[in-house]
Amino acid sequence: MVNPTPDQAIKLEVDNLTISYGTNAILRDVSFQVREREIFGIIGPANSGKTSFLRTLNRMNEFVPGMRVDGQILFDGQDVRNFTNVFALRRRVGVVFPLPVGLPMTVYDNVALAPRLTGVKKKADLDVIVERCLTRAALWDEVKDRLHALGSLLSGGQQQRLTIARALSQDPELLLLDEFSIAVDPVTTMRIEDVLKELRSEMTIVMVTNLVQQARRLAERTAFFLNGELVEVGETEEFFTGTVQDPRTREYVEGKFG
Amino acid sequence: MHPNPASQLDPPATPAGPTARARHGSLHRRDLAWYLDKAVGIVVFVGGVSAIIFILGIFAFITKEGMTFIFGDMNLKEFFTSPNWRPTDAVPEYGALALIVGTASVTGLAMLVSVPFSLGAAVFIGEFATGKVRESLKVLVELLAAIPSVVWGFIGFMIMKELIEDVFGVPVGLGILNAGIILGLMAAPIMTTIAEDALKAVPDTYREAAEAMGATRWQIILKVVFPAAKNGLLGAVLLGVGRGFGETMAVLMASGHAIQLPGSIFDSIRALTATIAAELGETAAGSPHHGALFTLGILLFVVTFIINLSADLIVRGIRKKN
Repeated sequence: MVNPTPDQAIKLEVDNLTISYGTNAILRDVSFQVREREIFGIIGPANSGKTSFLRTLNRMNEFVPGMRVDGQILFDGQDVRNFTNVFALRRRVGVVFPLPVGLPMTVYDNVALAPRLTGVKKKADLDVIVERCLTRAALWDEVKDRLHALGSLLSGGQQQRLTIARALSQDPELLLLDEFSIAVDPVTTMRIEDVLKELRSEMTIVMVTNLVQQARRLAERTAFFLNGELVEVGETEEFFTGTVQDPRTREYVEGKFG
Repeated sequence: MHPNPASQLDPPATPAGPTARARHGSLHRRDLAWYLDKAVGIVVFVGGVSAIIFILGIFAFITKEGMTFIFGDMNLKEFFTSPNWRPTDAVPEYGALALIVGTASVTGLAMLVSVPFSLGAAVFIGEFATGKVRESLKVLVELLAAIPSVVWGFIGFMIMKELIEDVFGVPVGLGILNAGIILGLMAAPIMTTIAEDALKAVPDTYREAAEAMGATRWQIILKVVFPAAKNGLLGAVLLGVGRGFGETMAVLMASGHAIQLPGSIFDSIRALTATIAAELGETAAGSPHHGALFTLGILLFVVTFIINLSADLIVRGIRKKN
C-alpha cells in the first residue's frame, strides 16, 4: 500500500470500513487514504461495493433498513458520522450519478438550485455562478441561448455535464463521480475527462469507474475493489506496468474478467 | 459470408409441432390475429368516440329543455343579478344570483379547507411515512373517499351543526361554514389520493440528486418534488373544485337551503345543484320553472367546462413556457 507523501494533506481516510446489509457484507474491512487535490480512482466490476462506499461517504444510505457500517471514514480528520448537520456535509460533497439527472426545471434553475438552497438570492450573483459552472462543465456554449429551456430536454451527454455543473455550483471540496460515462457518448466522455483534469487543482475527486483505461487517463492513484474487498491500492500507473502484487488486479486490468 | 442454404431457412418440423414457417402463417391470408386486431381497434374507437357523443348528447338535452325558458320567460339581467328565486309565486321571479353566490362561497371555503389538508396528507403519505403506516394510511384514505355523500350530509346536519352552534354561539349551525367544512372534508380524500399519485410519479432520482446536494427533506419537497408534480397537483385541486361544485346531497343537508345573499360565513345559502334536486320533481315538463331549472343545469355545465378548459390551458401554458 502506498502511503501519501508527507507534504500532501489527506482529505479522506478510510479505516477498516465494513458495510453490510443484514448478514451480507458488501464492503469488508477496507482501509485507504485519498489525498487533497488528487483524482482517486476506484475500479472494479459490478457489486464490488464501490457505490455503497460513495453513499456511506456522504451518508446517503443512513435510512436503509438493516444497513450497518463499521469502521470509519474521516473527512478532514473527522468521522463523517459525527457531524450533526448531514446537510452541510453533503453541500461540501458534490455527487455525479451514473445516469444523468436533469431536474425538471430550466437549465438555469438546475445550476442555481444549490446556491439558492444556501441562501443566494440576488439574480446578479446567481447569473455569475450559473455562467461559471456551466463554462467549467464545458456546457455553456451549447446552452447559453436556451438557459430557460427545460434541463430534462437536453441530450443525455448534455444532461450529464449539467449534472456536473450542478455539483460544481455547490463549490464542493470533494467531488464524487459514480461511473459518470456509463450513459454518455465517447465524445462527451472525453470532454468531461478534460473538465476533470482542470478541476483536480481545485478539489479532491473520487471517481468510481468500470473503465480501467479511464482510471489510467485521469487518476493519480487507484483502488481496486472486488466482491467487497480492497484488493489493491496504489499509483495508477503501477496497475499497468506490471508492478502490481495481486494476480487478480493484473487479470482485471488486462480485461481477463469483469 | 457463411453458406446459408435454403434448407436452413426452413428447418424440419420438430416432433412437437409444425415448422416455423407454417406457424408464422401465410403472407397473403388474413388470419384470426389479424381480424382480432381490427376488431379491438374498432371497439376501442367506439369507446373513445362514445364519451364525446354522450357529453354532446347531455349538453344537447339540457339545452333543449332549457331553451323553452331561455327564449321565453328568461330575463338575462334578472337571472344573473337578482337574488330573488321565486319560481312558484303568482308573478314568478327567476334570479339565480343567490344560488350562484351560494355555490361559489361553499366551494371556495371547501377548497380552503381541503387543499391544505389533502396536500399535507399526500406529502406525509408519499414522502415521509414508510412501511405499515403508509400502507394503512392509504387504505384508510381510500376508504374515506368511498363514504356516500348523504352520510357526509348527515354528519353536517347532526354533528357539525351542533358543534358550530356551541362554538360560535349562532342560532342555527347550518350554512356556508357547515357546508364548506363538510364539502372540504368530503373532497379531501380523493384529492389526497390524486395528489399522492402525482408525488409518487416523481422519479426518486430527482430526490436523490437534491439530497446529494445537501437539500433538506423540506427543501426537496418544496423545490424539486412540487415543481415536478405541479400538473398532477393542479389536477387534484381542480378535481376537488369540480367535486365541490357538483355536490348536491351533502350541501343540501348542511347549507340550510335558504335563498339569500349571505352576509356572513354562518348564513344559510342554497346551492345551484341542491335547487335542481329539490325542485325538479315538483315541476311540470315544459313549464317555465322546469326550463329555468335546466338553465341552472346549463350554467353548471358551462362553468365546469370552463374550469376544466382553463386548467387544461394552464397546464399547456406551463409546458409551452418550458
